[in-house]
Amino acid sequence: MNLDARIPDGPIQEKWDRRKFELKLVNPANKRKYKVLVVGSGLAGAAAAASMAELGYQVECFCYQDSPRRAHSIAAQGGINAAKNYRNDGDSVWRLFYDTVKGGDFRAREANVYRLAQCSVNIIDQAVAQGVPFARDYSGLLDNRSFGGAQVSRTFYARGQTGQQLLLGAYAALSRQIHAGQVKMFNRTEMLDLVVVDGHAKGIVVRDMVSGEVRAHAGDAVVLATGGYGNVFYLSTNAKGCNVTAAWRAHKRGAGFANPCYTQIHPTCIPVSGDHQSKLTLMSESLRNDGRVWVPKKPKDTRPPNQIPEDERDYYLERKYPSFGNLAPRDIASRAAKEACDKGLGIGETGLGVYLDFRDAIARLGKEAIKARYGNLFHMYSKITAEDPYSQPMRIYPAVHYTMGGLWVDYDLQSTIPGLFVAGEANFSDHGANRLGASALMQGLCDGYFVVPATIAGYLAGQKPGGVDGKHPAFRASIKEIEDRVKQLLSIQGGRTVDEFHKALGKIMWDKCGMARNEQGLNEALREIPALREEFWRDVKVLGDGMTLNQSLEKAGRVADFLEFGELLCRDALERRESCGGHFREEWQDDGEARRDDEHFAHVAVWEYQGDVKDAVRHQEELQFENVQLAVRSYK
Amino acid sequence: MKVTLHIWRQSQPSDRHAQSARDFQRDGRMVRYELDDVSPDMSFLEMLDVLNEHLIKKGEEPVAFDHDCREGICGACGVVINGVAHGPEKGTTTCQLHMRSFRDGAEIYVEPWRAKAFPVVRDLIVDRSAFDRVVQNGAYVSVNTGAPQDANATPVPKADADKAFDAATCIGCGACVAACKNASAMLFVGAKVSHFVHLPQGRVEREERARNLVTAMDEEGFGNCTNQYECEAVCPKEIPVRVIADMNREFLRAKVREE
Ligand code: FES
Repeated sequence: MNLDARIPDGPIQEKWDRRKFELKLVNPANKRKYKVLVVGSGLAGAAAAASMAELGYQVECFCYQDSPRRAHSIAAQGGINAAKNYRNDGDSVWRLFYDTVKGGDFRAREANVYRLAQCSVNIIDQAVAQGVPFARDYSGLLDNRSFGGAQVSRTFYARGQTGQQLLLGAYAALSRQIHAGQVKMFNRTEMLDLVVVDGHAKGIVVRDMVSGEVRAHAGDAVVLATGGYGNVFYLSTNAKGCNVTAAWRAHKRGAGFANPCYTQIHPTCIPVSGDHQSKLTLMSESLRNDGRVWVPKKPKDTRPPNQIPEDERDYYLERKYPSFGNLAPRDIASRAAKEACDKGLGIGETGLGVYLDFRDAIARLGKEAIKARYGNLFHMYSKITAEDPYSQPMRIYPAVHYTMGGLWVDYDLQSTIPGLFVAGEANFSDHGANRLGASALMQGLCDGYFVVPATIAGYLAGQKPGGVDGKHPAFRASIKEIEDRVKQLLSIQGGRTVDEFHKALGKIMWDKCGMARNEQGLNEALREIPALREEFWRDVKVLGDGMTLNQSLEKAGRVADFLEFGELLCRDALERRESCGGHFREEWQDDGEARRDDEHFAHVAVWEYQGDVKDAVRHQEELQFENVQLAVRSYK
Repeated sequence: MKVTLHIWRQSQPSDRHAQSARDFQRDGRMVRYELDDVSPDMSFLEMLDVLNEHLIKKGEEPVAFDHDCREGICGACGVVINGVAHGPEKGTTTCQLHMRSFRDGAEIYVEPWRAKAFPVVRDLIVDRSAFDRVVQNGAYVSVNTGAPQDANATPVPKADADKAFDAATCIGCGACVAACKNASAMLFVGAKVSHFVHLPQGRVEREERARNLVTAMDEEGFGNCTNQYECEAVCPKEIPVRVIADMNREFLRAKVREE
């Protein structure tokens, strides 16, 4: 497997310009002869589709939702980072770059991260030009706030709905290109296979979720922007439909999968309320700007929080990390919450929760000020829990939120399959082992607006347009495989529902490969997952037929893929014998703090499929740190 | 708690060009289900999940309904509950509605959005692509990706930015259309117009935008506004009807300029 990242030469500040200059260009008159398929319509997908269409390529864009505007980027609450330094507080491209590499626990590729920091400033300009209504101060200029893991205010936001507003900006740009006839949009259409011809990605096979039709779409290149795989845990903050299917099928066709064990457990989510729970809801990290996290000092203290006196509370983040306090990065804050609950200090009926308290902030700033900052979040919280966070602390607990791992890509965001580009959360590139708050929106849009539209030209320039059409035997073979699989799923007619299997998988993943992992648990998971998968294919019950809208069938296909992918995730977690970022191996720690092993693990692990997950081969891309010194990541 | 559900089941999609309501509804009918293991902490959609698990076990096809984020922001969910779009709680999407809003033993009627422009796809799922097509006709600023001026080069008074935001918060769920006896999309389209007209970036194309969006809306078969304000009452994001006034004013302004 060729893992040459093809990082441009020269000083890090000049690499992106150099690459743009080196890349072959496609003559403007020829662009319309090339067709690019974009799968996914979130920030990365919609931005890439719109930007490539503006450049003149023919674009086809696919999403499983009923409208591209519903992609899960829409749910991002807190904000988007950009190194604008509008606050004059010492921010710079370099600092954003440095914070991101450090925040990722030194497991990201420097050159990619630097480009991300560089492009961050253009994203804000672009979004404002589109009419994205960011928060402003009384001078009419853009407002900022600070976010976990940073000591400067570089986060731009639109109340608690930043993802929504940015996505609607990208959706608007996409809609304009649909109107212009440059983009053909396929809603309620799910990608079920990647078609590779002579080693190049030349198309996809999709299922129309309304008519059930399985059909081929040929193109000159494919861009996957299909998000993350957090739903392998069943409960996560992801939308119900989020899945690994597109990335997984691409992996099975030859794309390397990088660092699947890097999963982010977000510290501030609403705790589980019962077995019926279908998903978890995030409470934006921005709340930690004003909220203080604590647990009672006494185990099993059942007094209402407001009756627990000050000296009987443990503000453990402030105590353990005095310089970052409540703004400690996500992986660290989550682990600290778990540690408190493991000691029996957790709150609420299940003991799986900690308090996030606004009492002091309300006393200092007044209720109105807090309402102006977080009103919609408080509202959402009280709707779900029937509790009033203005008068009693919120109860929060960590939940799966984001996945840093993804398909391996080189500097140009091209996977190990030529012609297959991967953008946004679906790739592995920028966040290392832990993502900082407000960096996901930045990366999705950077990849979509600026990187892929530029780098794809370098690939297309070497390709004859329309070289492969949908009649190629590779498409027919793939369609047949997909149709057979649908038939198989419908014919099992066993005794257990798809959700029952998904929950069972989620439980294995959360218990044995969640916030803390160890060799024994991972080995157990590696026995249990294949057994569960085998049961699935024997005993799952999917009703209805394949030629109508059939939500159980859609889910069954996705869960079948999660049942394979979960095994790879656990294998990766087992093989990474160190703790870094969101990947915490109990065997490698110093009193609860992650202990990295730079000597043996300063690399990206890339898995190559070999016909079965258990046979997948692990390759390594060594990470070079030339600009940032590897150091113990301290937030004390 | 226990509930009795009456849910619209329709396996054949509505014919968009149907002449009569009968043809539009195809095999649709209300079906009664009893559910006795409901927890007040469940969301409305989790209650439907529970129902569906029971149905599958019994060999009956589950009820199809649209949903995705389940946190009130994607706009995918939406059903009419006891005659009210998104149900009894103000400012709440169906996915954020919890069963504690109903009493034990409640009878709950669940139907899809009903509008000519939103044909039923299956059960509670409707086709809202008409909204996308309206947007494609001009709910954007015609700017390409590239290097626009610095984001702070044009200050925007906070009050304007806030007004733009209040309109931009629309999630495109379609409740406004479902609640309107004329199946009008004025609140949705008004929100688009209002969002852009309060920002300097959006004002450049204000006339074309107002004209094109109104024309597109009419072509999609949405009805007219007769000032009932049912849309505002059900909007989960509480978009104010003033956006309709913004749209009417912009449309008139565009007309006057044309002449
Ligand atoms: S499911 Fe997204 S708004 Fe209800």
